[in-house]
Amino acid sequence: MQEENDDILEQITSSEYKYGFVTDIEADEAPKGLSEDTVRFISAKKNEPAWMLEYRLKAYRHWLTMEEPQWSNVEFPSINYQDIIYYSAPKQKIAPDSLDDIDPELRKTFEKLGISLNEQKRLTGVAVDAVIDSVSVATTFKEELSKVGVIFCSMSEAIQEHPELIKKYLGSVVPATDNYFTALNSAVFSDGSFCFIPKGVRCPMELSTYFRINAANTGQFERTLIVAEDEAYVSYLEGCTAPMRDENQLHAAVVEIVAMERAEVKYSTVQNWYPGDKEGKGGIYNFVTKRGICAGAHAKISWTQVETGSSITWKYPSVILKGDNSIGEFYSVAVTNNFQQADTGTKMIHLGKNTKSRIVSKGISAGKSQNSYRGLVSVSKKASNARNYSQCDSLLLGDKCGAHTFPYIEVKNNTAIVEHEATTSKIGEDQIFYCNQRGIDTETAVALIINGFAKEVMNQLPMEFAVEAQKLLAISLEGSVG
Amino acid sequence: MMDSTQILKEAFEKQDVANGNLAAFQQENWKAFSGLGLPAIKHEEWKYTGIRNVFSDRLVINNEMNISPDLLKTLLIAGTEEANRIVFVNGRFQQSLSITTDHANDLCIKSLEAAAGDEDAPFVEVNLGHSQRYHRDGINALNAAFANGGVYIRINKGVTLKNPIVIYHIADSTLGKRCSHPRILVNMKEAAQAELVETFHNHGGGETLTNEVVEICAEKDAVLHYVKMQNEGEKTNHTGTTHIRQTGKCLTHAVTITLSGALVRNNLNMVMEAEHGECHMYGLYLLNGNTLADNHTIVDNAMPHCFSNELYKGIMDDASTGVFNGKIFVRKDAQKTNAYQSNKNILIGENAAANTKPQLEILADDVKCSHGCTIGKLDEDALFYLRARGISMENARAMLLHAFAKDVLEQINNGAIRKYAEQLVSDRLSSSI
Repeated sequence: MQEENDDILEQITSSEYKYGFVTDIEADEAPKGLSEDTVRFISAKKNEPAWMLEYRLKAYRHWLTMEEPQWSNVEFPSINYQDIIYYSAPKQKIAPDSLDDIDPELRKTFEKLGISLNEQKRLTGVAVDAVIDSVSVATTFKEELSKVGVIFCSMSEAIQEHPELIKKYLGSVVPATDNYFTALNSAVFSDGSFCFIPKGVRCPMELSTYFRINAANTGQFERTLIVAEDEAYVSYLEGCTAPMRDENQLHAAVVEIVAMERAEVKYSTVQNWYPGDKEGKGGIYNFVTKRGICAGAHAKISWTQVETGSSITWKYPSVILKGDNSIGEFYSVAVTNNFQQADTGTKMIHLGKNTKSRIVSKGISAGKSQNSYRGLVSVSKKASNARNYSQCDSLLLGDKCGAHTFPYIEVKNNTAIVEHEATTSKIGEDQIFYCNQRGIDTETAVALIINGFAKEVMNQLPMEFAVEAQKLLAISLEGSVG
Repeated sequence: MMDSTQILKEAFEKQDVANGNLAAFQQENWKAFSGLGLPAIKHEEWKYTGIRNVFSDRLVINNEMNISPDLLKTLLIAGTEEANRIVFVNGRFQQSLSITTDHANDLCIKSLEAAAGDEDAPFVEVNLGHSQRYHRDGINALNAAFANGGVYIRINKGVTLKNPIVIYHIADSTLGKRCSHPRILVNMKEAAQAELVETFHNHGGGETLTNEVVEICAEKDAVLHYVKMQNEGEKTNHTGTTHIRQTGKCLTHAVTITLSGALVRNNLNMVMEAEHGECHMYGLYLLNGNTLADNHTIVDNAMPHCFSNELYKGIMDDASTGVFNGKIFVRKDAQKTNAYQSNKNILIGENAAANTKPQLEILADDVKCSHGCTIGKLDEDALFYLRARGISMENARAMLLHAFAKDVLEQINNGAIRKYAEQLVSDRLSSSI
């Protein structure tokens, strides 16, 4: 125990943002700015069929008619959408036939991030789709997965090879017209992961996508689509990092999940985009739309997120509980430090009968950061016996930060039971005293208490991620405890 | 919509010109209202309450009406015969119908217009319109534009009032949709203690629209018990703001009870401007029919060591809707704040709905704040327990609902008022079940 704490402490004191390096690889980029030509350029680059281009253009035209939303509790200088490079791909001479053909520079990048693309060396058995800037560079364990019928590939590949599935599901949960950033994403998304679990299959390994922004001045717009057919199960992990740069970069992704009858999808995120420096300069704007639908009865979707990075996070992973007896879960730890701002939470839309949802949100704010929970629990007229339990707790470290809660609860059915509770507090002096008295110094005690505070959520993460996330928690709060 | 704006404009222009200071205030607010307009449902504060529709019909404004003392007598709450009485008719203060039973050295009740021009002018200057810092919308400005019909109440230093102050608002709906804008300004001097009760009556049972603003400023060591009772019938629309400032360490206590109405919106603000302040906010909304009751509360903790406690309970029958939005702000310097908030709702009616949004915005670290809310049905175990003891379903339900409501009712300080409220609630519960 003590040793482990020492380990954490050492990392606390020694590390800043350790993923802030830049890989020097030649990139194939679209010219700066956004127009119909950019959309056509991206579509042409990816050799997409006409229907896909049509979909993009429709989204783009709709986007032009929309206004950037202003309602969130975050502040940032307005984004110049013409000053962003919408497509940037690492140059590769030929398409890699096998993993060995991947540019060694790229391979090194991912190794440095602790992600091995070499299947043989992997012990944990996690299939990885690695996305750098706008394209997916490698997907591992594809063959093994295809044996059981699981499709796991990059979005571009899926558009080419499984157009019928993409046509059917893309935009079915998050329509292009949903909001400003989904319209933008639908127009210019460049890559992402597609994952399809056929009926009755339990995916034999964890699937994971690793996102990396590398090139400067670019925005990353990836798109993830997960479809689990009847009685299928998949656990999906997402990780992200970016280099340290002085300018802000935009990341506007869309994730869609479809769970059919008795299917279960578990989606875990460890978001560690570059948060900006201590003065709040630079960092990623993380404006993401994530939504899943429990389309069939007894389906279950579970979102777990650990949010430590990004200068601004603005996202609400949601579940539409359409099937009877379906279940939605949301577990979140959001940590903000220095000048970070987070406005995050979830939406649970109860439509079916006997639907259940559970929300556990833990916010930790330090430095001069602002951390908001914003959530919606909606029980429609027909959702009899719906049940929701929400809990959001905030921990304040320091007197210059803020913690806010904006829960919206709308119930239209008289058999529903909805509960919500929230607390805000700081680490108690008596708690610290208790630890001190037992020979634990203050710094360790604080780390201990924070870990305990976040435990309920951390427990939901898959093993590999849990260790990583715990360390991340400590690093993000470095220097904020005194 | 066009129609009602025109009527409001005519009414505004037709008003007797008030004392200079007040006239300027009214002018300014009319301008503000013209600019802001009525809030749309896109306005976050009015998300669940479509206030514009309420203004859509032809409104009747400032058409004076004579209330005979006999009629007034029928409205008086039993047991409050000795009380200081303030009567508003169609949103305008009626000196002739009002009575001050406490000593004139202790309590001063006069028209707002008078107060704006005499020795109370400095207080009026500072406090009139203070609530606009929290409600920058057309509704509040509209009331301010008609402020010359308002009343000013001063409770002098060190005085504990012998009798409560009961305010009767009477709206005459016999001529059409009556629109009134009552305004009340209360000055509680150091260590003053008072009970302030507001009740509303609809004469004629037709449609009404009352848009009220009450502003209270309490100095050091003051103690205020405030009660607002709404039971005007299903055709009454009400938007009201009660804004309570604590400029010194004091205790304020508010109970809001809503039993009927078409659309009812209550804003209650507690502004804690001094250390060690304490406030309590209780609310009960017992709704049926198509009533929509919307309670918005704000506790603004600007200074350290304050305590606030809030409990709002709702029972929604038929197709009624209960809305609750409770905000707790803790500002940067407000360390050691303790703020608690709870909102509990029971949905009985098949088409009933509850929308709630308890909201915390906290900028200081050494605080203890919590909020909780629940929406549900009657506890089946409790019902079973009662039924197993031979109590009929109807009685068992009534019993449980009574118990649920009691938490709020028993908070009413004044015995006569509490009895009155309890009677109204129990009549309602026994008739609806």
